[in-house]
Order: sequence, then C-alpha cells, then structure tokens
Amino acid sequence: MNFGFSDEQELLRSTARKFCENECPSEVVRTLMEMPEGMSPELWAKLAEQGWLGLIYPEAYDGMGLGFVDLTVLMEEMGRAVVPGPYLSTVLLGGLAILEAGNEDQKKAWLPRIGSGEARVTLAWMEPSAMLGPGGISLAASGHGGRFTLSGTKLFVQDAHTADAIVVAARTASGQAASEGVTLFLVPRDAAGLEVKLLPTMDQTRKLCEVTLRDAVVGSEAVLGEAGKGWDPLGRVLDRATVALCAEMCGGAQKVLDMTVEYAKIRHAFGRPIGSYQGVKHRAADMLVDVENSKSITYYAAWAMDEGVAEGPLAVSMAKAYVSDACRRVSAAGIQLHGGIGFTWEHDLHLYFKRAKGSEFTFGDATHHRERVAQLINL
Amino acid sequence: MDFTLTPEQTAFRDRVRSWLKQNLPEEWVRRLRAGSDVPRPEAYDLLRQWQRKMYEAGLVGLTWPREYGGQGLTFMEEMILHEEMALTKAPLVLNVLAIGMAGPTIIAYGTEEQKRRYPARMLSCEEIWCQGYSEPNAGSDLASLQTRAVRHGEHYVVNGQKVWTSLAHVADWMMLLARTDPDVPKHKGITYFLLDMKSPGVAVKPLKQFTGDAEFNEVYFDNVRVHESQVLGGLNNGWAVGLTTLMYERLALGFGLQVRLRIALDGLVELARQTKKNGGMATQDPVLRQKLAQLWIDTEVFKYTGARAVTRLLKGEMPGPEASTGKMLWAEGHQRLQELAMEIQGPYSQLMKGSEWAVAEGLWQHTFLRSRANSIEGGTTEIQRNIIGERVLGLPKG
Repeated sequence: MNFGFSDEQELLRSTARKFCENECPSEVVRTLMEMPEGMSPELWAKLAEQGWLGLIYPEAYDGMGLGFVDLTVLMEEMGRAVVPGPYLSTVLLGGLAILEAGNEDQKKAWLPRIGSGEARVTLAWMEPSAMLGPGGISLAASGHGGRFTLSGTKLFVQDAHTADAIVVAARTASGQAASEGVTLFLVPRDAAGLEVKLLPTMDQTRKLCEVTLRDAVVGSEAVLGEAGKGWDPLGRVLDRATVALCAEMCGGAQKVLDMTVEYAKIRHAFGRPIGSYQGVKHRAADMLVDVENSKSITYYAAWAMDEGVAEGPLAVSMAKAYVSDACRRVSAAGIQLHGGIGFTWEHDLHLYFKRAKGSEFTFGDATHHRERVAQLINL
Repeated sequence: MDFTLTPEQTAFRDRVRSWLKQNLPEEWVRRLRAGSDVPRPEAYDLLRQWQRKMYEAGLVGLTWPREYGGQGLTFMEEMILHEEMALTKAPLVLNVLAIGMAGPTIIAYGTEEQKRRYPARMLSCEEIWCQGYSEPNAGSDLASLQTRAVRHGEHYVVNGQKVWTSLAHVADWMMLLARTDPDVPKHKGITYFLLDMKSPGVAVKPLKQFTGDAEFNEVYFDNVRVHESQVLGGLNNGWAVGLTTLMYERLALGFGLQVRLRIALDGLVELARQTKKNGGMATQDPVLRQKLAQLWIDTEVFKYTGARAVTRLLKGEMPGPEASTGKMLWAEGHQRLQELAMEIQGPYSQLMKGSEWAVAEGLWQHTFLRSRANSIEGGTTEIQRNIIGERVLGLPKG
C-alpha cells in the first residue's frame, strides 16, 4: 500500500504551484473575474502549453494520458490560486463527455483541439428544476428523418458563453426508468435557436449561463454515443468531474488555512498574537482536521476513478459530501478568524469563500451525496 | 498511489483471516459486543485468554523487534491485522497499555536488560501494565504532577497518588511518572519508573464511574521503594520519555480505534435496520439516513487519513499533519455514533440492562455513557487541539 504521491506527482505539484503564482496571482484573478470571459487567451494558451488541458486524455488524442490522481495534484494547485476560467467545464465536463460517450471520429475531432487550447466545450445537463438525477433531464429532443429538434432550457451551465460547442443532455424517449431515453448531443455554440445568457453569480471566478434551445435542429452526427443511452456516460462524467472539483476545493481550503495561520501569528490583540488564544487556536486546529480529512477522501476517490473499482461511485459521494461541508466550515472560519479585514473586498478571502459556496452546490451538495451514500451502502 | 497488497502482504492477510475464522469463537463475539468500546471488567479473563491465543499465533507485537519477542514486521501488517479484526468483530487484546505504550517506550529508551526483561511478557499477557500519569491535581497539565520519588541509597521512595488508572487492579506493572527534583522547572524534574505493583505500600482503590463500572482506579503510594535499576531513560528525563509514550499511544491506538469505530458503526447500522420508527424502518427515515451516512463517511475518512499517516511511516518519514488528528476525530465520531444509537432507540434509550424492554440487553446504554470519557482520556480534545495548533500549525503558546 502506498497512499501518497509519486516523485513525478510531487514535481507536477511544484510546477503547478509556481505556474499559478507567476501566471495567476490574485491581481490576475481579480482582472479575469471582472471580464465576462473569465479567462484570457494568453493564460489559456499557457495552460495548453503545459499540456494540462489534455492531461487526462489518452495519448491517441494528443493528451498526456495521465490519471485522476495526477489531475488531483493539478486541481489542488489551481484551487489554491482560485484560478478562474473554463478548465473544469472544458476539460472535465465537455471534453470528458466526448471521451466517455463519443465515437472515434468525434474524439479525434475534438479532444486534440481541446488539449491544444483551440476549442472549448462545456456540458449542459441541469435544468431549472435543479434535479441532479436522470429525472431532471426533460429538455425535449424529437427525431425525424435523421435530424433532431431540441427545445428547452438548461441552467447553471458553466462557461457556455465562451464554448465552441455544448454537450446537451436531452430526453429522446420517456422510458420506464428515468435513466432510459437520455441522449447527449454535441451542439455547436452558433446553432440556430441556441441562445446563451451569462448569469450574474456570487462566485465571479466561475461563469454560469442559461442556455435556451428553441427548435434548434441538429443532425444525427451530433449524437454523442448511442441515442437513448446517454445517462451512463453522463453519470461517469459527473462522478469524475466531482472528484476533480473536490480536489480543487481541497486546494482552496488549504490556502485559506495557510492565510489564517499566518495572520494569527502576526496579528496582535491584548498584547499577544491572536493565535496564542485557544479560541483562535482551536478553531484553526479544526480547520486543519477538515482540510486533511478532505484530502484523504478525495485522494481515495481519485484513486478509485483510476482503478475503476466497484466502490468508485461510493467513494465519489463520500468525498463530495465530506468536502462540501468541510470547505464551507473552513472558508467561514477563515473569515471569522481574520476579523473585519476578512470581510473586505480587498482581502482575497472572499474569493475562496465564494468559490467554496459555489462548489458546495455544484454536482450535488452534501445532503444529496449523503443520501446517495445511504443508497450505495444499502441502508 | 496504490492500495493493493504485495504477494507477501496478501499471504499475511489470508493467514490472519483464516486464523481468526478458526480461532474466534462465535460465543466470544456475542459476549464481547462491547468490543466496540474498552473492555469491561467481566471480560478481562476472556480477553486475557484471547491475547494469549493471538500471541501464540504470532499476532501480537507485529512491529516490535524479534529479539524482544516481537515479529519484526511493519505497520502495514499491523494495519492489515486490524482491518481483519474489524471485519470479524474480534476483540482487542487486554494488555493494550503495555502493547500500545509501555513496550514501545521501553524498546526506545530501555537498557538492554530492561528490553530483555519486559516486552515479551507484555505480549504474552503474563504481565499486565497500567499507566501512572494523571493525578488529582495534574490532568491536562501533566507536568505539574506531585507524586514524589526521593533517593535513598540504591532506591527511590515514592509517595503520592495517581488517578483514572485503568487496569491498575489487575496490573503487575505501572509506567510511573514521579517528581525527583522539585527545585527545577516542572518539566525537568520528572523521572519515569517501571514500578512493580506488588511492592509494599501500593494501594489500589477502585473508582466507580458514572457508567456504574469500576474500570478506573485510584492508586496510592505510601513509602514505596523502587530500585534505581527501574528508572527508564535516565534520571529527570521522564518528561521526554513520557511524551514518547504518548506519541506511541496515538500511533498504536489509532489502529485499534479504527477497528472499534468500524465495529460500532456496523452494530449501529444493524440496530437501525431492526428498529421501527414512526411505523416504518428507522433506515427509511430521511433524517436518520443522513446521520447514518455521515457516520459511515466519517469512519471511512478516519481510515484513509490513517492510511496516509501509515504511508509516511512506511517511507521512513516523520508523521505529517494528518497523524495528529486521529484521537480527537475518533472521540468526536464515536460520541456522535453513540448519540445516534440513543436517538434511534428513542424512549427505549432510557432502559438499562435488567429490563426485558431494554434494547440489546442495555449494551448501547453502557457504551453511550462510556463514550463521554473518550474526549477526556488519553489527552482531552482541548489538549489535542492545542497540540495541533502549536506543533502542527506553529501557532504561539498561550
């Protein structure tokens, strides 16, 4: 047994940390988050140069062919720097959907271009009902003569406004089980009848959109994988993206802890550092416990994804349930222990606090995942 | 990252698994369901036999050097053993304080003679050990202990009192911290002694806890003579030696705690499955489902955080931040688990052993009450937070 990272992974960590410190310090984060795009072409090109946009794609599609444990290292570092932009949506949602569900032609057409930074693809699955399971997919796609007409609204779609194409989960049939009859379509961003509206969000570093399809017509070549069988690959994509998100959350939480401990050492009150008071020290200790435990279960889930073990979905839900709660606690404690300065726009803490809050409700919150755990352990 | 076992480790696991299958009587598992918690006095004899059996099979003291009676294996085998014990709900050994604390400390600090004399007999359960640390006026502030040891020729004469001393009434030996120099700062005048509990002047008085059991004791010393050869780790060096013991305690108990938590959780899930709540199954109640799932997650998290700590040890690295959190997490997790057991039982949680209406013969009522001590014994949760804050995060002392 070895529940640690390899030398190569440690090297990736230090490279990623330096990269983020140099290329995406908080001034850059603040500039990018004010822009509608949330990302600059320059930074995106640099991420591509590192190979990180194709990190988890097989070498056959010009990717680095690495796994989720490797990705975890990178996501932690990007979370630490609260890097804005469409990494999660392009690499882990749109791209991964193509990898999991697409045919060879689709993978060859898109994955190398995603990896090189030329193309961005996102995934639209949640609707205004905010239901997470297959029952939430109700956007209608009716087929006729080798073409499909899509009508409906998708919500909380990450970075749809800057994507070249959107993977849309639609219902092509109402079978007996909700998981039957879900079809994934790769819809070009400029398809007629497709409208994207950027939504003002609490976390400005992650852009969310409303995507409306009004009788948008696509050919059968737009179908990703098998018609009606889209839920299985979609479920795998969401599980994998969830693990990546957990890793990003761990990185953010670690940074909040680091900032807080630093501050507690230098800030004096009543003649001594506030960190010497147990009221502060004990809360900081609780933060450490939350951060370390979050890492443990996230690393395990990443390993489970790479190995394809039967416990994989359980590991994912355990991780998201734990990390969602833990990161909320840590980011809130960070602000509390900083006092007034932590409540200012100038201090970076709010970037992490808002990211943690958004991430908490992305891919299901703790309550959702605890119920899934209950089901998976046959409670 | 790799959770697979080597062929040798797999062979070890298979050997442990089949040994447990053949040697763990069903009857014991039933009687020792309280294996989810510390041993109760009525189980001592059974547990002594159990440890003897495990010892004869070479399953006690896995990481101790062979020349001192151990098996010379790694923490990996220790972890495998505990995992298998959890799966079969096997009880822990009786001599936990010797094996978790006294033994490793003697191996680390003892003279060759001491190392040959004591550890092997701990493993075989021939000699039971207790820990003489806490005093009525020295709990969390252990270094202010007042029990005195005054030199008299080749001997030290000990006077004072210890308290909360588990197993003292059956113990043959005690890890004793006593003040040998009152004129220096409090941490610098303490010596670690290996005390024969049969020495004249040692009096053990059971202390009845709020569970009704007397698993702890008060121990009084009235002019007890201890030979100078019984000093461990040098005169006035007891604080450093004692801290080593506590470090081993956290490390070794970590494995045991994980087993206990897993066994208790399985018991709790079983309880929930058998309990009706508002006319339906307790496991179908959405709020209870949330709480049960959270405990399941916390138990798994505890396991994986432990696995990260073991990985560091196996690589020969120092324990990282993840290692410091175990005791505290376990205490809080186990208390929450026991609270949930009460919640599932509802009004029945009030009924104790002796009532035909009591759930599981009142077992949960006992473990629930006992769990309140978890966040006090072996370093309070407040002290654990101080340790994490100061030694891991580097925050200044108060």
